[in-house]
Amino acid sequence: MHGIKDAQAEVERISGINAAKCMRCGKCSASCPAFESMDVHPHKVVSMVADNDYEGLVNCETLWRCLSCFTCVERCPRDVQPANIIEAVRLLQIREAGENHMPPGEVPDMLDDELPQQAIVAAMRKYNK
Amino acid sequence: MKRNYYPGCTLKTKAAQLDANARAAAEALGVTLEELPEWQCCGAVYPLARDEIASKLSAVRALEAARQNGGELITLCSACHHVLKRVNDDMANDPDINLRANNYSAFATRYSGETKVVHYLEMLRDTIGFDEIAKRVKKPLNGKKVAAYYGCMLLRPSDVMDFDRPDNPQIMENLIRALGGEPVPFSKRSQCCGGYTTLGNKKLAQDMTEAVLGVAKTDGAELVITACPLCLYNLNTNATETQLPIVYFTEVLADALDVRQDADAALALAGRECACTE
Repeated sequence: MHGIKDAQAEVERISGINAAKCMRCGKCSASCPAFESMDVHPHKVVSMVADNDYEGLVNCETLWRCLSCFTCVERCPRDVQPANIIEAVRLLQIREAGENHMPPGEVPDMLDDELPQQAIVAAMRKYNK
Repeated sequence: MKRNYYPGCTLKTKAAQLDANARAAAEALGVTLEELPEWQCCGAVYPLARDEIASKLSAVRALEAARQNGGELITLCSACHHVLKRVNDDMANDPDINLRANNYSAFATRYSGETKVVHYLEMLRDTIGFDEIAKRVKKPLNGKKVAAYYGCMLLRPSDVMDFDRPDNPQIMENLIRALGGEPVPFSKRSQCCGGYTTLGNKKLAQDMTEAVLGVAKTDGAELVITACPLCLYNLNTNATETQLPIVYFTEVLADALDVRQDADAALALAGRECACTE
């Protein structure tokens, strides 16, 4: 369960996108380079938001598999911007949990000598509340 | 000529070679890159949420500083370019973000996207020209097969980035030709390498990187070039089977112009204006 009052409206507010524009062609999922690693595929995330089935998105792995590469955004024929919708769902859950998906204390153990600062900043931005 | 330049955090340390060779090559081509004073980290990822303002402000400050000093800002790191270009687009075209960012920043003059954000590669193409670069080459690539890896952030979303054709970019291939090499336009050159997921999900980064690099190898590449420090890291460390040398495009450019900076010189240059090197 989750405590978000109107998740559909919140996703629309954060993303600025009405998921009902989606015509369910599936091009986003067909284009996604992380497709195989996802439990809920991008077109399905969009349709679940459009159908107000937010419960099914709580704790789904896809939120941590989408890398905002914008291939789906580039190719969507209806300008639904699936990556932005996934980001909004991810943010809703991070904000509600009130804690980071990647706790800062765990980061030092993940580093190596070659890892660019850009990776750490990007991950903290994506996984942070 | 002089141009404002935004190097970004990573170019001061891990990607010092990207930075140092860019400056040296630009000088050889008649452009002096002048680092913006007191620039701040761009945040590495563009904040997609429409209710986030604070995380866009460092980019707004850099853009506003560049407006005061000539109106063009050269970027180099793919991530910095992506963030600065998209935040600039917000400031020009999104009245809500424009209003809130300006209210917060309180500049002497309202900022509304006046600065032109130009990636170093775009400067090579549009300001200097590949024909001109070809004339200045002293050590040509002699037909070496070079694959350009674009990744995500330079190209998409193309309506904002306006960099090159999103599914069939040519800018780095044309650079390779100008330097005397043979481009290898492999099909996955704009497919995501896995990015920052290398921190939290190594397996995913390995799968995605191998998918990219394997095709470059199969298509005959002898060398891969990129503009992104995180792409370079992933291609270098997360490919599980394929091995290819990966370098920054500025290293190949500086080498061809015979102004290549070695690793120590690059780090010294990076530390030149960094107060935290002691």
